[in-house]
Amino acid sequence: MMPQLVKKGAEASLFLADWHGRKVIIKKRLPKKYRHARLDEQIKTYRTVHEPQLMHMAKKAGVPTPTIFFVDVKNSIIVMEFIEGKQLKQVLNNVSSLERQRLCKRIGELVGRLHKQGIIHGDLTTSNMILDPRGSIVFVDFGLGEASKELEAKGVDLHLMRRALQSTHFAFAEECFNSIAKGYASVVGEDAAKDVLDKIGDIGKRGRYVTRREEDNGD
Amino acid sequence: MVKKQRVRKKKAEESYCLGIESTADDFSVGVSTFKGEILANIRSSYVPAEGGIHPREAARHHSEQASTVLREALGKAALKPADLSIIAFSQGPGLGPCLRTGATVARALASYLDIPLVGVNHCIAHIEIGKLKTEAIDPITLYVSGGNTIVAAFDAGRYRVFGETLDIALGNCLDVFAREACLRQKQGMPLGALVEKLAAKGTRLLELPYAVKGMDVSMSGLLTTAVTLLKKGKCRLEDLCYSLQETAFSMVTEISERGLAHTEKKEVLLTGGVAANRRLQAMIEEIAREHDARFCVVPSEFAVDNGAMIAWTGVLAYTHDIVTPINQSHVKLRWRLDEVEVPWIG
Repeated sequence: MMPQLVKKGAEASLFLADWHGRKVIIKKRLPKKYRHARLDEQIKTYRTVHEPQLMHMAKKAGVPTPTIFFVDVKNSIIVMEFIEGKQLKQVLNNVSSLERQRLCKRIGELVGRLHKQGIIHGDLTTSNMILDPRGSIVFVDFGLGEASKELEAKGVDLHLMRRALQSTHFAFAEECFNSIAKGYASVVGEDAAKDVLDKIGDIGKRGRYVTRREEDNGD
Repeated sequence: MVKKQRVRKKKAEESYCLGIESTADDFSVGVSTFKGEILANIRSSYVPAEGGIHPREAARHHSEQASTVLREALGKAALKPADLSIIAFSQGPGLGPCLRTGATVARALASYLDIPLVGVNHCIAHIEIGKLKTEAIDPITLYVSGGNTIVAAFDAGRYRVFGETLDIALGNCLDVFAREACLRQKQGMPLGALVEKLAAKGTRLLELPYAVKGMDVSMSGLLTTAVTLLKKGKCRLEDLCYSLQETAFSMVTEISERGLAHTEKKEVLLTGGVAANRRLQAMIEEIAREHDARFCVVPSEFAVDNGAMIAWTGVLAYTHDIVTPINQSHVKLRWRLDEVEVPWIG
């Protein structure tokens, strides 16, 4: 089977291929012509090295991720297991409210497991979560992730999750986020969860224009 | 000799909107026909003697310049005040004292002329003028200015924010750096343009923090590092400007590309004050090409804050039954663009 382009993302292209009899995804980070060559090289190398490490750590923390088979830093290539299933982005809009809440609570639990082990995903969106046929949620694309136990990093991670929900699932973003928070708290504990949720509030207020920051005193 | 002003014959079917922009350091008045022909776009900028924009000083400038700018805009458009059909103004987001000055002028005009008043979201106006001038229909927009860094696209009734800055805006980052480097702003030559000029002579790429978080960017660490290097005095200013631009622009280009890949739009629009930067234009053009999308950049006259964009967006809103009664025309300092319904698209 010839490698077949399945997704041309912003950062990398994903190819479906046969690799020693296995169905795999080959993730190739392409040079970005807009970036200075050296900056481009640094970013590509950093991400190609860190992504598999974080995926491995995530697995150890009990969060399903694709198995890594091969990494070629020089060519910015990662070969990983192909996950059958659907992106949660598509699933969430087409299920009952109850099922949506169940799935979101599960997402929250998985994010909680990551954070508990000091793993920051860096790009929590429903496109980066796959619901496999056995009903497991598999996290993919750790390219922007980092290892950190800082409250700040955890807060930004969940803030981005909320923002992603608001832009792609605006009709029930808050409902989803509340379920995620519930699942998250069940893993990291109520107190730790509260610290992170408070932090998310602070981060939101840092944005340039946020009505919540203070009451507008218009005339 | 007094030159007799040409007065446009008002035809029955012609309607005009006068737009007032005053969110930050510019006071500007534009006039647009209901068909989107821009008849005037006059601007007066407040240039601080030192430091950044002092909101009250800027507001004072605006109130002092308001009548001159208004008169000049009407003269350019060859219209009498009585020819106007509606008054639009920038209702937010922006600096309180500045916004209030523009709002006061707008309210006074609308009540005196007894015509409808339309409050316009400044960020949406930047997108709409970009679309009008480049004939883009449904773009993903990178809007970069002194106060905003936003990747937005239309979906289901509103512009949705796909990416934005988690702290300071791109233009703010460049401006603060320029001021730290003691570059002086001149009328008609923004600080960003001075950084761009110096950057063109840069040769060495210095390592600065590159912070892309999901679809968002963070610029404060980048600015702090650049200023620290500047103060140490071991790097050439040209190289610092070059590295700052390369790093910051790569970050916003990366999130724009992510937004583009995510939304699969067929046009990329670059708008806002920093859109005038050639290096940023080249980067955004590159990602557009990469994804078979058309690259659109707002002409520089309409890239900076301007009254024409407010006038045109006022027309769009008014012709879709949006008016702002005077008792609801208070300014909104932190009015997000994704809070606004846009019935004129769809």
